[in-house]
Amino acid sequence: MTITHHLGSETLMSFAAGTLPGALAAVAGAHIALCRHCRDELVWFERIGGALLDDVAPLPLTAGVPALPAPGTPPSSAPAGGNNANPILRLEAQNFALVGWRRIGLGLWHHPLPLPGNGTLQLIKAAPGASVPEHGHGGAELTLILRGALTDATGSYGQGDVADLDQEIEHTPIADRKRGCVCAVANEVPTRFHGLLARLFQPWHGL
Amino acid sequence: MLGNWVSFRAVPGPLAGMNLNAMSELLARIAQERDAAAFHELYQSYGPRVKAYLVRRGADAATAEDLAQETLLAVWRRAGLFSSAKGSASTWIFSIARNLWIDRLRREVPWQELPAAHAEATSPDPSPDTLLAENEVQIRVRAALAELPAQQQRVLELAYLQGLSHGEIAARLGVPLGTVKSRVRMAYQRMRAAVEDLK
Repeated sequence: MTITHHLGSETLMSFAAGTLPGALAAVAGAHIALCRHCRDELVWFERIGGALLDDVAPLPLTAGVPALPAPGTPPSSAPAGGNNANPILRLEAQNFALVGWRRIGLGLWHHPLPLPGNGTLQLIKAAPGASVPEHGHGGAELTLILRGALTDATGSYGQGDVADLDQEIEHTPIADRKRGCVCAVANEVPTRFHGLLARLFQPWHGL
Repeated sequence: MLGNWVSFRAVPGPLAGMNLNAMSELLARIAQERDAAAFHELYQSYGPRVKAYLVRRGADAATAEDLAQETLLAVWRRAGLFSSAKGSASTWIFSIARNLWIDRLRREVPWQELPAAHAEATSPDPSPDTLLAENEVQIRVRAALAELPAQQQRVLELAYLQGLSHGEIAARLGVPLGTVKSRVRMAYQRMRAAVEDLK
């Protein structure tokens, strides 16, 4: 997998600060898990957090040092689930077998992923050559390509690439003409579609 | 508004705040020897800071204390996963505290668990040289942040310590969103420029 489209520095900073809305953090986290470049960039923004932690005025703890697991207990490694602790990547690793796709029409299916925190998150599957009607965003949108590829005015996105778009962008993404596309899409606020076609899409996309 | 409450130290240096090299040595002793005394020392250094960070993020004192304990216990359990790829000890501990706070807020699936959980990005036995180099990077970052214009410092504090989104920061400061984003970018560039010669 060659990743060429990365997260923007504003998104990485919000992720590091822990202020990215839940939906966007889930997609950003999935990309970061796949992308060495963004993992390294993220650490730069986490260093800011480390520096602020060093300089914060300490507040004394009232309790003593907690009891530690007995000596000899081996240090545990990553939590269960390892690299697939991210729910989006877990669904992808299972080849979307557990995903109940809902047909929208025009070669598009979707699967909303309910999650705590702000924003909306869904998987979208597009048949080869299918397009999502032109739309703009009231806030940020993150799209991670999980299968196939997607093209819009901002570029061509392959597996593992992320499109990190802010609210100024309006676009009409088209799925790869041979392989179609499966992607995870997070929106800070529900998407706005334009024109008559929009009415068709509003009911499902505004979830 | 809140007035001038920016709390960076005016004269940062290796002796102000944390002794990062001492902290990475403590982490190494915890990882390699399960050294409880080393843990106690680390706990005394970071526990009160993590608690203060969480209070700034909006936790009440009892929750902040709970999560500070949880953060340091996670450090005890995962010390073997620490490496310079995760930044200095301070950076790594900050990330763990942040993730636990997010989990507490969402009380659900740990959506943002991944970065701290990345086992493959680490070596079990980090080389002392790369950790020393990382600590030097962290000291430079801290010095660069202390020298940022107050407006940029303010944006970082509102984001990292108050937990505000860029949109909320723009509203709080009464400036356009684009201004907040450009302050973030400028702060980032200053930080990178400050470590240019180390690479």
